[in-house]
Amino acid sequence: MRDLIPLFPYLKKYKSKIFLGFLFVSVSIFLQSLYPLVIGNAIDDLISKANEELLFKYALLSVGIILTGGFFLFLTRRTIIVASREIENDLRNDFFAHLQKLPKNFYNEKTTGDLMAHATNDINNVRNFLGPGIMYSVQTVLRTIITLIILFSINAEIAVIALVPLPFISYLVYSVMKRTYGRSMKVQEAFSAMTTKVQENFAGIRVIKSYVREKFEIEQFNKISADYQKKNLALARMQAYSFPMMFLLTGLSIIIVIYFGGMKVINGTFTVGNIAEFVVYLGQLTFPMIAFGWVISLVQRAAPAMKRISTIMTTEPGIKDAGKSGINLTAESIRGEIELRKVSFRYPKTEIDILRKVDLKIPAGSTLGIIGYTGSGKSTLINLIPRVFDVTEGEILIDGADIRKISLNELRKSIGIVPQESFLFSDTIANNIAYTGEISEERITDVSKKAGLYKDVNLFPEKFRTILGERGITLSGGQKQRTSIARAIYKEPKILILDDSLSAVDTSTEAEILKELKEVMKGRTSIIISHRISTLQNADNIIVLDGGIIKEQGAHNDLIKLEGIYYNIYMKQLLEEEIKEI
Amino acid sequence: MSVHKIKYKKEEEALGKALDSQLFRRLLSYFKPYKLQIAFATILTITISALAAVRPRLTPIAIDDKIANKDLPGLQIIIIILLGTLVLQGAIQYIMAYLTSWIGQKIIYDLRKKVFEHTINLNLKFFDNNPIGRLVTRVTNDIEVLYEVFSSGLVTAFGDIFTIIWILYFMFTLDWKLSLVTLSVLPILVYATSVFRKNVRSSYARIRILVAKMNSYIQEHITGISIVQLFVREKKTVEEFEKINRDHTEENKKSIFYYAVFFPVVELLGAVAVGLIIWYGGGQVFSSYISVGVIISFIQFTEMFFRPIRDLSEKYNILQTAMASSERIFDLLDRKSPVVDPEYPVPAKDVKGNIDFKNVWFAYNEEDFVLKNVSFCIKEGERIAFVGATGAGKSTIINLLCRFYDVTKGSITVENTDIRNFNQQDLRSNIAIVLQDVFLFSGDIKSNIDLGNDLISNATIDESVRNTGLDDFINSLPEGISHKVNERGSTLSVGQKQLISFARALAYNPKILILDEATSSVDTETELLIQEAIKKLIEGRTSIIIAHRLSTIQSCDKIIVLHKGEIKEMGTHQQLLENQGLYYKLYQLQYKEEFKNA
Ligand SMILES: Nc1ncnc2c1ncn2[C@@H]1O[C@H](COP(=O)(O)OP(=O)(O)OP(=O)(O)O)[C@@H](O)[C@H]1O
Ligand SMILES: Nc1ncnc2c1ncn2[C@@H]1O[C@H](COP(=O)(O)OP(=O)(O)OP(=O)(O)O)[C@@H](O)[C@H]1O
Ligand SMILES: [Mg+2]
Ligand SMILES: [Mg+2]
Repeated sequence: MRDLIPLFPYLKKYKSKIFLGFLFVSVSIFLQSLYPLVIGNAIDDLISKANEELLFKYALLSVGIILTGGFFLFLTRRTIIVASREIENDLRNDFFAHLQKLPKNFYNEKTTGDLMAHATNDINNVRNFLGPGIMYSVQTVLRTIITLIILFSINAEIAVIALVPLPFISYLVYSVMKRTYGRSMKVQEAFSAMTTKVQENFAGIRVIKSYVREKFEIEQFNKISADYQKKNLALARMQAYSFPMMFLLTGLSIIIVIYFGGMKVINGTFTVGNIAEFVVYLGQLTFPMIAFGWVISLVQRAAPAMKRISTIMTTEPGIKDAGKSGINLTAESIRGEIELRKVSFRYPKTEIDILRKVDLKIPAGSTLGIIGYTGSGKSTLINLIPRVFDVTEGEILIDGADIRKISLNELRKSIGIVPQESFLFSDTIANNIAYTGEISEERITDVSKKAGLYKDVNLFPEKFRTILGERGITLSGGQKQRTSIARAIYKEPKILILDDSLSAVDTSTEAEILKELKEVMKGRTSIIISHRISTLQNADNIIVLDGGIIKEQGAHNDLIKLEGIYYNIYMKQLLEEEIKEI
Repeated sequence: MSVHKIKYKKEEEALGKALDSQLFRRLLSYFKPYKLQIAFATILTITISALAAVRPRLTPIAIDDKIANKDLPGLQIIIIILLGTLVLQGAIQYIMAYLTSWIGQKIIYDLRKKVFEHTINLNLKFFDNNPIGRLVTRVTNDIEVLYEVFSSGLVTAFGDIFTIIWILYFMFTLDWKLSLVTLSVLPILVYATSVFRKNVRSSYARIRILVAKMNSYIQEHITGISIVQLFVREKKTVEEFEKINRDHTEENKKSIFYYAVFFPVVELLGAVAVGLIIWYGGGQVFSSYISVGVIISFIQFTEMFFRPIRDLSEKYNILQTAMASSERIFDLLDRKSPVVDPEYPVPAKDVKGNIDFKNVWFAYNEEDFVLKNVSFCIKEGERIAFVGATGAGKSTIINLLCRFYDVTKGSITVENTDIRNFNQQDLRSNIAIVLQDVFLFSGDIKSNIDLGNDLISNATIDESVRNTGLDDFINSLPEGISHKVNERGSTLSVGQKQLISFARALAYNPKILILDEATSSVDTETELLIQEAIKKLIEGRTSIIIAHRLSTIQSCDKIIVLHKGEIKEMGTHQQLLENQGLYYKLYQLQYKEEFKNA
């Protein structure tokens, strides 16, 4: 139950609706408990054959009571259940909005399947508790109270004796509940594992099919699915107790009343009629008790769900945003001078520094080329600039200001990045390119020409309205990369970063793009990562990264003269060509 | 909304009109393997209702006979019997609850197995057109929804129907005239129920679409979170999401309205029935046609009659969701893969690598041809390269060779057998591809190389790791080859991922090796190392290489130049240079670019 506390602020927002709902539900319960009285009176009158005229009145009265009761029940649903839907809406919005703030590190540790489960199943479980759960518990509690009042007014002593099983049953309910909680947590975990498995299998379907791993994956999946079934059955074994438990309470009470009441009747202190009444009213408690059991199961599902949601909602964004309090630099006013001072970086939960005391200056408007071995830290380095990660040591300055003091939005707005792996949305090509701003057909055309994409898109029947598959799956490798470049240029950033963004593009297209980019890069600071010297050689400054350290630095010609790593790479690329030439 | 989403929506709406009964019958067929258990559960239900009737019947005996006659020993015996039935009832109820869950879980497991197996065997075209999130939902949540129907749902529904019939029987045998009067509200009830059903149904159809939309949105923006953040689109994204979420909430609120009206209406009709009994039946009592006892029984019957109806309608909610889910599940199960295995497949054991493309035409979508009249042949042990501008159709050729898609026109043969005559899996087990789009599974590096195949020895894995130059990196890791790999390999560098997927292909030691831009993200030194290492490996083995860096392919036996889906040139490096055609131009360009500063 403690896990549900974070829901209070949400409930508060709809307190008037919920309060009204409580009121309505009370009225309807009150009216409904009048109903047996009316029927009882009618039958009494029938037995005594009092007055035939009255019958019609009784009939009307009972219908009237149910009609008003029903009207209030209608209002209850329109308030409490509607409120629960609204809270669900708020909760989901907040959850999603919070996800948008969480850093890359968070996503590296979580699986998509898990996060999806939180946003869907978990929130649904919480809503089920808030709506039907609250409505039924109010109904149950009120019904029980009314019945108890009646029982106590008939005979307090018997009423007390009748309720003797209550504490025992309550204890039983409690311990069953506790165990159920643990087991339902396990079920949820198994469900997540299954979702993740399915998700990965479908996402990696090409690999599975290429390597004919279908049988194996099916076996694996069946194992996980069997485990999920096992966990569910363990839960079912616990939950199966709840049903018998609920009517055990009323059943035992009735037996107790008959026995002790019976003895009292034999002693002459109690009448047979009293026992009959007790039996009838105790019987009426059965239904609320069943409802109670149901409410408990709703809580059991909601509490762990809410716990999982709150864990994520209370995760700190990690990347602290200076916001407006920071240095007054905006995307428009940033010139684009970048400086790294003794920057070291290490990924969380690892033991190796990926970057070690890197010092680097990139003057505004210049071009930096980065080359280096696979895994040498190139992508890591450029990811530090838009603060995908924060430096572990040292600082990064833009126009002389520590980037941690610049508003995160302004910082990122000033940077256009083409990630090493293209990610496109399943939307039109136009929307993908104009991702950051207003859609202007002219600019989309212009930008896609510069990225060497225009010709390709023009061949598609739907042109820029072509809708892509997930992650851009229906484009060729090079088309994806170029769309991604177009998207970055469309942003008109002060700082343009290309992370190995021409790797899937053929030479002639690459040459064209590079020529166009030269224009684009005028007046912008740009960073280009590549394994190909031909892509980098015109940069103002080139660094060679090796194991997180800048080993060499300088313009193409300087580096050639140095006869170091860069020269080596150059010779190899040159040699390859020459040998084959002969 | 994308095209396939719109298409999907239409399908979904059309499905909504499918016959419920047909669907229901199909659902029922899943109960078949558990006939015995279900029969047992049904017997238990009947026993429980019988036992439940015992107690109320014993109570008057205890009160009227024993207590009234001050018969204490007699009372004690009845109390013991009462306790006994209570315990028995509890025990049976427990068994019953567990048994129904068990049945439900078993069926769910069977169904899930079937759906997963079916889906994973569908062809790629299907995966191109269906968002992964939606397919995942089919296997997970949609099936989960059916649990309630498969477990307690059906058995209790049977019980409810049974009760209704039973009550009707008693009412009519008691007094048919009064029964008719009481049941005069029934037509209104039927009408109200059908109105309710119709509205709720269409409302559910809309909710379903909105849920699907919402889920794909969440899914896509979780996987693409980096792009959202780097392009500072958080606010816009949240706004968009809120809009979808709002639509979803509003639609749900509408369905709340239907429920809020319907339930009180059922209660009201019940009250009207009771009112009629009191008014009409009461009159009869006065004229002494009916006894008061009958009136009391009728009132009780009415209550017992309306409760299951109310329950059934309440369960309608569950049933409705379940129906919707099963519609979608069966729709998926009914999907036939257009790429099918032949009835009598030719064994693909002796594949050596003679590949022949004969006038192949291919379009992903209808008439939009990506490959046009492509013909070439590859002989056993040859090294073939494909070059051409991006989007020329190189990867598509690979897709066809592996039969991920079937050719639109023309044919592909391997060892002179049309590949449509092989089992797809047999064919593919002769091929290993390094795909252009690298994909890693969560697990560790080792499991990503052997993909769980026990037949691949550690020595083979070590060798392929060495041949791809991954050994330095792996040795630097504390856990070595057991280093954890996250979803999609998110904590590895792109080059490292590519190398792992390269090592995978080598470890599978295929007859035909296909490299689709396999080293595009790898540094020159490692690339050369690999080229050197695999030289020996691919000797005598058919290999197909796609590369933009011409340097990597010059030594190939044959180079095929593709342009806009057509083969423009074919020959060795030297021949093509002498030809002075497209390849020559490409070569010149690359050469010039690379070395103009030399
Ligand atoms: N699954 C698909 N559905 C629809 N169209 C596709 C699909 N895959 C590729 N295409 C289209 O088919 C054409 C050829 O694509 P293909 O992937 O074969 O090119 P490629 O030669 O491999 O290019 P690259 O060098 O960029 O990888 C492209 O125009 C592409 O947009
Ligand atoms: N999120 C992460 N957690 C832990 N280690 C990581 C993470 N991301 C990258 N690494 C490791 O950091 C090192 C540097 O990775 P990075 O992506 O910067 O390399 P890179 O120079 O861009 O290589 P490539 O040329 O292959 O793109 C690699 O060894 C990689 O395995
Ligand atoms: Mg990188
Ligand atoms: Mg390709």
